[in-house]
Amino acid sequence: MTLPIIILLPLLAGTAATLLLQRRGFSAAAWAAALPTAASLALLTYQTPTILAGERFLQSWQWLPDHGLNFSFRLDGLGLMFGLLILGIGLLVILYARYYLSAQEPIGRFYALLMLFMSAMLGIVFSENALLLLMFWELTSLSSFLLIGFWTHSPLARQGARMAFAVTGGGGLALLAGMLIIGNIAGSFELSAWFTARETIRNHPQFNVALGLILLGAFTKSAQFPFHFWLPAAMAAPTPVSAYLHSATMVKAGVFLLARLYPLLGGNPMFEYVTTTVGLTTMVFGAYVAMFRHDLKGLLAYSTISHLGLIMFLLGLDTPMSSLAAVFHIGNHATFKASLFMAAGIIDHECGTRDMRRLGGLWRQMPQTALLAIVAASAMAGVPLFNGFLSKEMFFAEALDLHDLLLLEDIAPVAVMLGSMFSVAYSVRFIHDVFFDEPHNLPHQPHKPPRYMKVPAEVLAVVCIAVGVLPGYTVAPLVDVAARAVVGDALPAYRIALWHGFSLPLAMSAVALVGGAVIYWLLRHRYDLHLHVPAHYTGRLLFQHAYDGSIVLAARLTNQLHNGSLQRSLALVIATFLGLGAWPFVEHGLDIGKVTSSTLTPPGIVVGGAAMAGALGAVWFHHTRVVAIVLAGVVGLAASIAFAYFSAPDLALTQLAIEVVSTLLLLIALALLPHSTPRESTRRRKMRDTALAAAAGAGVAVLSWAVLTRDQESIAWFFLENSLPRGGGHNVVNVLLVDFRGFDTFGEIIVLGIAAMCTWMLMDGLRGERQAERPSPAADRMIFAVAARILLPFALLVALHMFLRGHDLPGGGFVAGLIAALALIMQYMGEGLRRMLAHIRIDFWLWIGGGVVIAGVTGLASVVAGFPFLTSGTRHPVVPLLGEIPLVSAMGFDLGVFMTVLGTTLLILTSIGQVHRKTSKTEENQQWNS
Amino acid sequence: MELIMAVGIGIVTACAVYLLLRGRTFSMVLGLSMLSTAGNLFIFSMGRLRPGASPIVAAGAESYADPVPQALVLTAIVIGFGMTGFIMALAVRMHHQTGSDHVDGLDPVLERRPEHGP
Repeated sequence: MTLPIIILLPLLAGTAATLLLQRRGFSAAAWAAALPTAASLALLTYQTPTILAGERFLQSWQWLPDHGLNFSFRLDGLGLMFGLLILGIGLLVILYARYYLSAQEPIGRFYALLMLFMSAMLGIVFSENALLLLMFWELTSLSSFLLIGFWTHSPLARQGARMAFAVTGGGGLALLAGMLIIGNIAGSFELSAWFTARETIRNHPQFNVALGLILLGAFTKSAQFPFHFWLPAAMAAPTPVSAYLHSATMVKAGVFLLARLYPLLGGNPMFEYVTTTVGLTTMVFGAYVAMFRHDLKGLLAYSTISHLGLIMFLLGLDTPMSSLAAVFHIGNHATFKASLFMAAGIIDHECGTRDMRRLGGLWRQMPQTALLAIVAASAMAGVPLFNGFLSKEMFFAEALDLHDLLLLEDIAPVAVMLGSMFSVAYSVRFIHDVFFDEPHNLPHQPHKPPRYMKVPAEVLAVVCIAVGVLPGYTVAPLVDVAARAVVGDALPAYRIALWHGFSLPLAMSAVALVGGAVIYWLLRHRYDLHLHVPAHYTGRLLFQHAYDGSIVLAARLTNQLHNGSLQRSLALVIATFLGLGAWPFVEHGLDIGKVTSSTLTPPGIVVGGAAMAGALGAVWFHHTRVVAIVLAGVVGLAASIAFAYFSAPDLALTQLAIEVVSTLLLLIALALLPHSTPRESTRRRKMRDTALAAAAGAGVAVLSWAVLTRDQESIAWFFLENSLPRGGGHNVVNVLLVDFRGFDTFGEIIVLGIAAMCTWMLMDGLRGERQAERPSPAADRMIFAVAARILLPFALLVALHMFLRGHDLPGGGFVAGLIAALALIMQYMGEGLRRMLAHIRIDFWLWIGGGVVIAGVTGLASVVAGFPFLTSGTRHPVVPLLGEIPLVSAMGFDLGVFMTVLGTTLLILTSIGQVHRKTSKTEENQQWNS
Repeated sequence: MELIMAVGIGIVTACAVYLLLRGRTFSMVLGLSMLSTAGNLFIFSMGRLRPGASPIVAAGAESYADPVPQALVLTAIVIGFGMTGFIMALAVRMHHQTGSDHVDGLDPVLERRPEHGP
């Protein structure tokens, strides 16, 4: 369980604790975030000796094995190094942020987001499953988005957050596609399975596509040219975030990914060529631009881009030592860049600006910070005795030793020299402009920074020196296992040391240092750097154009598809469905069967004809709504007869009852609406709708015909055989409803109840007395009212009969509920709604709810008895006088159905029935006149 | 009979779709209700047409109609009513609220909330 605990501790314990403790002040919140992080770090440190000894371990739990998604984790050298960086620097950032944020800012939210990021980043580096890795990958993009936009009031922050999310998230999608392709080839998403199947995957024709997509994901995440522009925009984030996410950890996820997949990708010519080219371009470009940034964080951002390019270049090279250098530089860059960001944050915090044109001479006010920054900047520039020097020298050595890279072999050494000189130049600028030059109208006199705000940067500076002076005693073993995790055991004998004797790389270092200083001097005194106006951010502008353009396009598309007219949308939906439905038949042809089992009979023709005539009549007369209702009723009746004729007595009964209730519903509603439909459709629209309707009708007719004339294969025989022995009933349809498919029915009665309640809610505020309602049964309805009253007990008895026999003969809860509802509706028609409600005093809500509860409890009873939900039991006790009574526990369920159906039907009808008619002036006049 | 059934389902569907595309809520609800009848008949007919073979287990019965589509359709009929009731209530509410029974809430020709008599 170790790895999941290490990953989840910051997220679960950290966020929960910060949430609880944030009210008790900043320090409490910081402790709450720091302790779980420290615990994770301790757990990871505990594993360190094992990993350093060359072991690696995997932990795995199944999640969705069918989809290849498992909770599998791996801890090896690479993961260990990253894990230590994430947790170690994370701990320092927590401390730093506690002093960085000002008192009114929501530090709880800040720490919670930081913890989310930390967990996600740990997830990336410890994932063994590619899909799991991807989920964590997207989580880092998401938490980065939230953290960049932490100052929600700043438009720059919001824009930067959006941009970072669009670029890294988009890259994440590409990565997903690439991983899916590889997973598909390998038949697994476990990384070890990929490495085992290395040759198969690499020889697959789709491999190059997958590789391109994966590289896209890595390049966007690690801000490689031309996707680099999001990183400077992300500098709108609070500085602790820039130090942590956007220099030390998250932007390394791209290089981490390539390092992780190196056993699969390494040595592939395309991988090598693309990665080295992109890396080198980014390195030189980033370093060049960094010299001209006036903003401290802008300079550091471009410097980060440049260093990421350097690492990318090293990873791309197909030599074991270059991978070692890459891994080493990842760690070195994380330490010196994070401490530089912290120094920049301190300067900003104490001087109120980060603009190097205004800053200057801070050496006197904050000597300690100056010292810290000088140490870190020296490491960045590659000065001997600092850690950056060591990895940079390896970098020079590798750049001089290229093979099989065509043009790049000649360009690389020159580019590397240039990039390094630029790197020295901006490092010198950082120190000189801030600490030594003269200040130019600072916003206020610099304060002394709080004591503990400097501690994190101090720790990192000490690491820079310790590694730089004594590499063999500090990080060498860790870098060694990390590199072995990347390249396997192909690592030749080597030694990380300060002094290798006089060599070409050493000379290059010297040239870079001198050249960089000269470049800075020239820029400052010949070019007048401070008057330089930065060019427009080309990448950012392009992005913004694409972004705005896509929004305009989306709006236009939406407007064209959906301009607010329901008729138009519906026509589009129907047309789309017709197209989709017809597609397979166009492709594969339509195959009509040859079986016709039932012969044509005269009654069949009459009923069929009636249905067609009713439907066509309803369309023809739809402007006169009452007529249309009656004609539509004919269709329903014909359907009911069809059900009865073709051996579906339950359906026939249900359809008949529903037809009556529906017709009543439509009539009741019609009283509230205009009684006629205006003739307003244009000729064109009628033509369009006729065409759509004809196509839909023809499609359904042909489909029915095609199915009806084929032999039947059905699962019905199972139910027919088992209905009696296992469901205890002869009526298979009813047994299906209350037993075999009882869960389905249970859901359906809930839906029914919801529909009825919604109907009631919709009528909220419209309830009142109908004007037409008279105090006593009207004379013209007297006979009907009396008849209805007499019929009531008989009708209810029929309902009871239908209910009881339902399990064996046509009937059951649905039918019985409808019949009982009809009996009560007859009272409504006879006496008026108010009197009917006064007489029967049924709480429909109670019936609906009670029905659902009874049905549910019946189902649960079987669970209590140790059977699955809704298993029914059967007893056939013999009662004197009545004979054998089939008692089935499903009857309780059917009772629930009965109650819900009864309550629903009545609630729907009465809620619309209670609405008072809205009368407009013209209508009143018309009533008066008639 | 299969032919009549198929053609019947087709014609009812066509009429229902036509009504569904009308501009007034009432026609639309009517169309929707008819469409669910057509849909029910369609699903029902997937179990083929077998006269005189009710799916009620009895000694000596030779053949049975397919009970599965029947069970599906039975609940669908009732749910169809629930849906019709809900949409109807929506239409009534909208008419109350906007004074128009046009599906878009506004009279498309007059571009204002119309008042028209019964």
